[in-house]
Amino acid sequence: MQLIPCPWCGDREEAEFHYGGQAHVAYPDDPHGLSDAQWAQFVFFRDNPKGPFAERWMHAAGCRRWFNAVRDTATHDLLAVYRTGQQPPQSIAPSTGQDQAQVATA
Amino acid sequence: MSTSTSVVGASPADGLPDHPAFLWRNPAPKPSYDVVIVGGGGHGLATAYYLAKNHGITNVAVLEKGWLAGGNMARNTTIIRSNYLWDESSGIYEHSLKLWEGLEEDLDYPILFSQRGVLNLAHGLQDVRDSRRRVYANQLNGIDAEWLEPEDVAKVCPIVNISPDIRYPVLGATYQPRAGIAKHDYVAWGFARRADEYGIDLIQNCEVTGLDVAGDRVVGVQTTRGRIAAGKVALSAAGHSSVLAGMAGLRLPIQSHPLQALVSELLEPVHPTVVMSNAVHVYVSQAHKGELVMGAGIDSYNGYGQRGAFHIIERQMSAALELFPVFARAHLLRTWAGIVDVTPDASPIVGLTPVDGLYLNCGWGTGGFKATPGVGWCFAHTVAHDEPHPYNAPFTLDRFTTGALVDEHGAAGVAH
Ligand SMILES: Cc1cc2nc3c(=O)[nH]c(=O)nc-3n(C[C@H](O)[C@H](O)[C@H](O)COP(=O)(O)OP(=O)(O)OC[C@H]3O[C@@H](n4cnc5c(N)ncnc54)[C@H](O)[C@@H]3O)c2cc1C
Ligand SMILES: [Zn+2]
Repeated sequence: MQLIPCPWCGDREEAEFHYGGQAHVAYPDDPHGLSDAQWAQFVFFRDNPKGPFAERWMHAAGCRRWFNAVRDTATHDLLAVYRTGQQPPQSIAPSTGQDQAQVATA
Repeated sequence: MSTSTSVVGASPADGLPDHPAFLWRNPAPKPSYDVVIVGGGGHGLATAYYLAKNHGITNVAVLEKGWLAGGNMARNTTIIRSNYLWDESSGIYEHSLKLWEGLEEDLDYPILFSQRGVLNLAHGLQDVRDSRRRVYANQLNGIDAEWLEPEDVAKVCPIVNISPDIRYPVLGATYQPRAGIAKHDYVAWGFARRADEYGIDLIQNCEVTGLDVAGDRVVGVQTTRGRIAAGKVALSAAGHSSVLAGMAGLRLPIQSHPLQALVSELLEPVHPTVVMSNAVHVYVSQAHKGELVMGAGIDSYNGYGQRGAFHIIERQMSAALELFPVFARAHLLRTWAGIVDVTPDASPIVGLTPVDGLYLNCGWGTGGFKATPGVGWCFAHTVAHDEPHPYNAPFTLDRFTTGALVDEHGAAGVAH
């Protein structure tokens, strides 16, 4: 079983954790100003990269605290874990899945 | 020592029967095609076949990064049914089921399609209400569906444990007699052979690495075997759909997850139908060869690694054992995973995109095998006419903005 390093408890088995999807998706600053298309993006659309991905986990069967991780979705390697409210380490740039677009259409 | 009758100097292969005919050529890519289909799974191959058969479009290539049907097509648990809740879903899934009923003849290829029926078990009162509602909705749409009380469940499948004292007792089931299973790799080969006969190029080991867009229009693809110009590009890449759409700057409401399945060793025939349970989360059938085939839900995290965690398998096994105590001594032989493309409403996205000439077929998640002929038919129509077929018209990318979702979490709740 994969071990996930909880920033508070250390390495624990994956089955103790609950997955929370993409990290750093902030609630819109001005909800009343959003168009339907913008709401759709906030509610239904998340990044889905093959590669490093910044995501949320909760240590459900342990300290029950949320934290963030950068995990490679192709290899399942956990590249970094960090506490809620912090940004991912600069050295590991999580991809959004959108950057290929520039390369390909350039 | 064995005495050999072979002539000295002859090849040892001389005594062997001829190699059976190859089912398709292995052509090198041409510089340009009218239509390039990305993804050589069931959907891509079926789309190619119906482009040729229904629309006379044969200057077509199917580009596959690995080998034909090496993705979800030959990893799924092959359940075929059309008993979804909403009219929109009934349309496309029932269209598909009708095509399955004539497919072996149409492809002139054995696909072991077996209409042995599907039971969807209900384990709680709300489960019962939702299931009966789905039965009535199915009946209104002309789809064969019945509600069975526990004793009748046991008549269809005697090995299901219907005793009232288990953790999640069986309170009844929906039953679709025309549902069933088929042999997934044969289905892919049947479509591939037919597409090849029409002159369509099936090109393996050819990964699409970029989409060339000029102005608002797609004009070709970059691949590991060079650039290929294309009049139209049809994406059918299942778990990798977000990656491909991203190459044209499109963002999809899709998350890719591992989905696991497993088989037991070969057993005597013991399980006559297909049993699925949303609540305890397992689905089971017995393949023609004799293995019990079982699947469960997705692993929770996003993943492209085609593998999942073992505790998912453990839970699935405990659910299976409660429903089928007779399996206690069966041995697990193999487990594996595919990558499924999950949408927020558990319905697919099949249609046009904001880029001219670029078409999207994705979001089938845990349940697109059953749709293989149906979506091939409709997606080919969409590509040929630059306009969706009525059966896929509701399944736009746009519905996540308009709010016209087709919520099938109830009918698709367990992965299948
Ligand atoms: C374990 C499991 C069980 C399932 N059980 C059922 C079931 O019982 N019933 C049911 O109806 N459905 C089931 N499904 C879902 C079903 O398998 C899928 O919805 C369906 O197979 C998807 O369509 P496909 O066959 O075209 O996909 P795939 O076979 O995955 O085809 C997509 C192809 O695209 C290729 N590709 C990806 N990126 C590129 C690229 N850049 N360039 C070129 N090629 C590329 C991939 O290699 C792959 O071969 C199950 C899935 C899994 C994983
Ligand atoms: Zn912890």
